[in-house]
Amino acid sequence: MDLRFTPDEIAFRDEVRAFFRSSVPDGVRRKMIDGRHLAKEDFVVWQRLLNARGWAVPHWPVEWGGTGWSPVQQYLFLDEMQQAPAPPPLAFGVNMLGPVLIAFGSEAQKRRFLPRIANIDDWWCQGFSEPGAGSDLASLRTSAKRDGDHYVVNGQKTWTTLAQHADWIFCLVRTDPQAKKQQGISFLLIDMKSKGITVRPIVTIDGSREINEVFFDDVRVPVENLVGEENKGWDYAKFLLGNERVGIARVGVSKERVRRLKQLAALERDGDRPMIEDERFRERIALVEVELKALEITQLRVVAAERSRTDKRPDPASSILKIKGSEIQQAVTELALELVGPYAMPAPQEPDEGSNEPPIGPDWAGSVAPTYFNWRKISIYGGSNEIQKNIIAKAILGL
Amino acid sequence: MDFDLSEEQRLLKDSVERLLGDHGSFERRQAHAREPDGWSRRLWARYAELGLLGLPFEERHGGLGAGPVETMVVMEALGRALALEPYLATVVLAGGLIRHAGSDRQKSSLVPKIAGGSLILAFAQGERQARYDLADVATTARKDGDGWVLDGEKGVALHGDSADRLIVSARVAGTRRERAGIGLFLVDATALGVTRRGYPTVDGLRAAEIALSGVRVDAHDVLGDPGKALPVIELVVDEAIAALAAESIGVMAVMHEATVEYLKTRKQFGATIGSFQVLQHRAVDMLMALEQARSMALFATMMVTEPNAGERRKAMAATKVQIGRSGKLIGQQAIQLHGGIGMTEAYKVGHYFKRMTMIDILFGPAEHHLTALARADGLIEA
Repeated sequence: MDLRFTPDEIAFRDEVRAFFRSSVPDGVRRKMIDGRHLAKEDFVVWQRLLNARGWAVPHWPVEWGGTGWSPVQQYLFLDEMQQAPAPPPLAFGVNMLGPVLIAFGSEAQKRRFLPRIANIDDWWCQGFSEPGAGSDLASLRTSAKRDGDHYVVNGQKTWTTLAQHADWIFCLVRTDPQAKKQQGISFLLIDMKSKGITVRPIVTIDGSREINEVFFDDVRVPVENLVGEENKGWDYAKFLLGNERVGIARVGVSKERVRRLKQLAALERDGDRPMIEDERFRERIALVEVELKALEITQLRVVAAERSRTDKRPDPASSILKIKGSEIQQAVTELALELVGPYAMPAPQEPDEGSNEPPIGPDWAGSVAPTYFNWRKISIYGGSNEIQKNIIAKAILGL
Repeated sequence: MDFDLSEEQRLLKDSVERLLGDHGSFERRQAHAREPDGWSRRLWARYAELGLLGLPFEERHGGLGAGPVETMVVMEALGRALALEPYLATVVLAGGLIRHAGSDRQKSSLVPKIAGGSLILAFAQGERQARYDLADVATTARKDGDGWVLDGEKGVALHGDSADRLIVSARVAGTRRERAGIGLFLVDATALGVTRRGYPTVDGLRAAEIALSGVRVDAHDVLGDPGKALPVIELVVDEAIAALAAESIGVMAVMHEATVEYLKTRKQFGATIGSFQVLQHRAVDMLMALEQARSMALFATMMVTEPNAGERRKAMAATKVQIGRSGKLIGQQAIQLHGGIGMTEAYKVGHYFKRMTMIDILFGPAEHHLTALARADGLIEA
């Protein structure tokens, strides 16, 4: 047992750290530190920089652009990227669809889509949830009926993140309405420019426009866009959701947010002393730091165990990472809200490009309340924390 | 980075677990508690045979030269068995002081006796007014010719009642809470002027109140540099915290396993109660608390050899925060989910809960260490 990183691993970490330090565009980094939304262009420019360095899809097989890094190296890369802070490569393509295509897609699909995912030539979004199918995802009803060499898709998807930017959507659709719930579902790739698709934004409680409803009205999809076998889509979705949980603890993000919180707490004053000198406030930050350190090591234990796992299904321990990770991220937003005080109150105003009007209150205050509200999503998406507890109860505890 | 035990460490784990499995069942443990010392001399001799008592000492002094990982392995097993024996007092605490402050001569004389099981030691450090402040020492050591004379009162000295010798901290100079001026002295437990009042602690272990009145100590029984002992005391207490963290993992794991087992067997309303989602989620909360604590026990094991004392102390404070909080949640929920049976003296879970509660108190509970960690600017550099 040696819990230290090896000299090689430390050298690797220093290399990626130096890259992030020198390569993340200043404007993008500033937005991330301030907690503001990134524009489509910000994601695209950065992911292409990463791709040019050969690091957009490190966890993919080498033949499709992966790096062949060990699980520890992949962890260090992600941790450094999150701490930089730098935007992650677009998860819908890189973490969700990519591995599904690699595992289950046809050769033609791989050749057609994978390089474009890595270079973000296509912006992908995820069509899983429906108004009647949330935690009970398998009750989805969007249908795809075979008509010659096409499927005809009808129905509605919802909570579709950043669909407004999307070129493509990967969807779970019902191809056999007679079959039992989990059977009869297929995994379909749909061009967002197809006739019959309508995207309607859903404004969230923080005022942002990240999510959408997507409507399908007799949308014709070529059969070659079916992934794997018809009616086997549920298996692919489970595979995808398992991958989604890897790295979902977002330990590096929380480290960066805590560091920022402490910097701001040294600036923000209450009477004649900075907030960081308020004993109660400081202890509440320290408690989050303890939980985060424990989570970091728990995550490393999962990463280390990956080396010896022969079973390729997701480790149910990753559900613990999801729950604790989301609790910690949310706790940090709560502390930030408390720190900012009365200047949490002005409703956020996205600065117009070119405007020189000064912000209301401290320049870091504007994003604090919106982030607090927005990050409530973290314990809901990707399988709510309650669903994660069901998974742990069944898969680990045998209850 | 590697969380796996080496082949030797795995063998150690197997043999300790086998010994405690054979001789350390809960029923036997309760019988051992009724022996004159409140623990089993026979089991102690088996610890010695297995090499557990000489584990952390250097080979040239008669030890096995093992490190913090081996101590972690042993302590976790002792936690699972809810062991009563003075391992923490003799090997970790007093043994640690001897390792870090003792002269070669002292080590060569003491270590073989510790390792052989014939010498029981206790650390008489705490005082009634001191709470958890290690520098708060009112007991005095006055120079008298070549030797020293000790006066004062020590409280809740773990296994102080069955110890053959005590290691006493006493002030050779300075005011009561000053960092400088503390020394360590080896005192025969039966020496003239030593009065001991032994008693059981609520977790079924033993401790003693110790009064020292004009106790003479020879020059060769001074441990280390008199007046400069506090950094050594802090280091050894940190080692004890890492060891207690490992013990607590064993304690918590048993409480969690027993609870999950109970959920699977206890039937109410025509179903096993483990089929109820609210109880499933509670059991998951306990598991997460256990895994977070386990991670911090590993962190403590790694950080106990950290050369920067400030970083080391912060790591132990963070560990104490996590195990204290996890232990409270797991202990309270273990009782709650067992219902009435969890409240009974005859059932084991309550005893594990009591041990866990005492582990939190030892060297300062979670809240104490949270304050200390926050005052030291936390773990993440701003």
